[in-house]
Amino acid sequence: MTTSPRREVLEKLTPVLTKRWLSPNAWSVRTYEQLDGYQALKKALKAHPDDLIQLVKDSGLRGRGGAGFPTGLKWGFIPQGDGKPHYLVVNADEGEPGTCKDLPLMTHDPHSLIEGVIIASYAIRAERAYIYIRGEAVHAARRLRNAVLEAYDKGYIGRNILGSGYDLEVVVHSGAGAYICGEETALLDSLEGFRGQPRLRPPFPATHGLYASPTVVNNVGTIASVPYIVLGGADWWKTMGTEKSSGPMIYSLSGRINNPGQYECSMGITLRELIELAGGMQPGHQLRFWTPGGSSTPLLTADHLDVPLDFEGVAGAGSILGTTATQIFSDQDCPVYATYRWLEFYHHESCGKCTPCREGNYWMVRVYQRILSGQGTHEDLDTLLDTCDNILGRSFCGLGDGATSPVTSSLQYFKQDYLDYIEGRTAPRLSEKALVGAH
Amino acid sequence: MTAPTTVFDEEIRQRAREILARYPADRTRSALLPLLHLVQSVEGHVSPAGVEFCAEVLGINKAQVGAVASFYTMYKRRPTGDYLVSVCTNTMCNVLGGQEVYDTLSEHLGVGHDETTADGTITLEHAECLAACDYGPVMTVNYDFFDNVTPGSATDLVDDLRRGERPQPSRGARLCTLKEMSLQLAGFPDTRDEAVADGVPGEPTLRGLQLAQQHGIAVAGFNPDTPIKKAGAKEDKK
Repeated sequence: MTTSPRREVLEKLTPVLTKRWLSPNAWSVRTYEQLDGYQALKKALKAHPDDLIQLVKDSGLRGRGGAGFPTGLKWGFIPQGDGKPHYLVVNADEGEPGTCKDLPLMTHDPHSLIEGVIIASYAIRAERAYIYIRGEAVHAARRLRNAVLEAYDKGYIGRNILGSGYDLEVVVHSGAGAYICGEETALLDSLEGFRGQPRLRPPFPATHGLYASPTVVNNVGTIASVPYIVLGGADWWKTMGTEKSSGPMIYSLSGRINNPGQYECSMGITLRELIELAGGMQPGHQLRFWTPGGSSTPLLTADHLDVPLDFEGVAGAGSILGTTATQIFSDQDCPVYATYRWLEFYHHESCGKCTPCREGNYWMVRVYQRILSGQGTHEDLDTLLDTCDNILGRSFCGLGDGATSPVTSSLQYFKQDYLDYIEGRTAPRLSEKALVGAH
Repeated sequence: MTAPTTVFDEEIRQRAREILARYPADRTRSALLPLLHLVQSVEGHVSPAGVEFCAEVLGINKAQVGAVASFYTMYKRRPTGDYLVSVCTNTMCNVLGGQEVYDTLSEHLGVGHDETTADGTITLEHAECLAACDYGPVMTVNYDFFDNVTPGSATDLVDDLRRGERPQPSRGARLCTLKEMSLQLAGFPDTRDEAVADGVPGEPTLRGLQLAQQHGIAVAGFNPDTPIKKAGAKEDKK
């Protein structure tokens, strides 16, 4: 039975980035213009670019792609007057397991992203912007490409935008199926026509990004927030969220709840409240474990229902806010099996550049298969932790780090589940025949 | 360098030039991913001829192209069917039944991962997270979504495809073939009448928003005329 959420919980809903999704044909420029569309651009082009950077700093906007870096600060790192071309690159390579907020945004309201792209490019003085969209996101890409053409037709992109003298080219670039390209430096390599493999930093993209030029890489949700901040102002933006995590956030709820879906809420809402919004747990299911922001964020448990889901709150609970992809699992789901499937994913998606990640994930998958087919040993648990020790912090990018998250956190909270397989109390979950891995 | 086979005709060469024009003149290698999608749109996979074509267009060698083509999952190295059927078996879809869907389809079609049915209609694969967890378990046909699938609905779907029908995806555009879809991935608009308009958002996408509307919740204090503060910034000659 779906229960009705209480009023004080409903009031945490903050439809801002999602608010046009209910409007018919919100993806078309005509509808978008009727709903405040491109008003922020007109306003922004009359302002000095530095004032826009300051505005975004004042808003406290932090990156929506997982790391939560302050957006205005990132923009401010771009050296000005350096004589080099500058680039804005939008990271639309959504693929973190559990994460499903950017695809609906680009599918149902692509112009809000494009308007943000133009304003951000103007602020950092970029004359070219690329939207690197995940290859598999074909319908989102259809809508996005259509929206870019519409924006060119209307004079919002191209030469001398709205008579301001500012020129911008925008290209939508489809990836080809590689999770690693969601890592910003791997994305840049991929965009340059190479294998998507992360770069050693420093130097950072702010000075040596795309084509070794100053580059801002921002997530879809980050850039799509910009028009609202330009219109409503920094103070209004900060009426949502918490002191250090301002604004609304799209929480993507999946799993054992009655109404999975996208819930845009004030940052800092708790899982208890989100589950209430989502109509409660499914009948016969008790919350057992969950990810606050995708599979790369350490698992949390029913003890963490009241943790504020903002950057600081989740960090305080030993995890990461990540992409606010809350995957909710119940007492009928096995944390060992869940972790095994994630490990298959990391093993498949490791780009192979760094040995600890490439080899460590390969071997951990095999240890999990052994445990789940009833042939595990107590030593396997030490092997897993030891392997995680050798991956965490020892690779160029966060993929390896992310892979250790479900392993160490599930061992921390659910060691008994592992022991039950090893000591024969739980029936084997995998047989040799059933060992269907990721491709 | 020998001229690549004639499967890449003047129309394709013209498209290749259009792709190159999207990137700075001295950075044309950026065109490699869309070029690989382009050759896949012609042959249904990236063949040695396709690799050679990309190498010739960009003035790089075949090994450089091959190294990139083999890195990315979406470039298929063997001939594919008209329809690429991908079943998500990552954790969330998996526990909600995606593994069962994949196993059932594999048995029903008599093919394993990355294999094509004898009639050349369907290539099956198990996929990693397809970014639609709120609709899990999901599968895609040429990357357009079919939501909340069951073993039964999935077998019905592939049977329809094998009979030559094109069932309507849950939220995306009407189905096209893998080759047609690859041309879109190369950055060319979907020219089918109104295909861009196809598909409405599903319930999970709208849930939070509908809840807010039903209860009259909106963010207060939004004034689109709020002025942008002038920081007394120095003059900048862009």
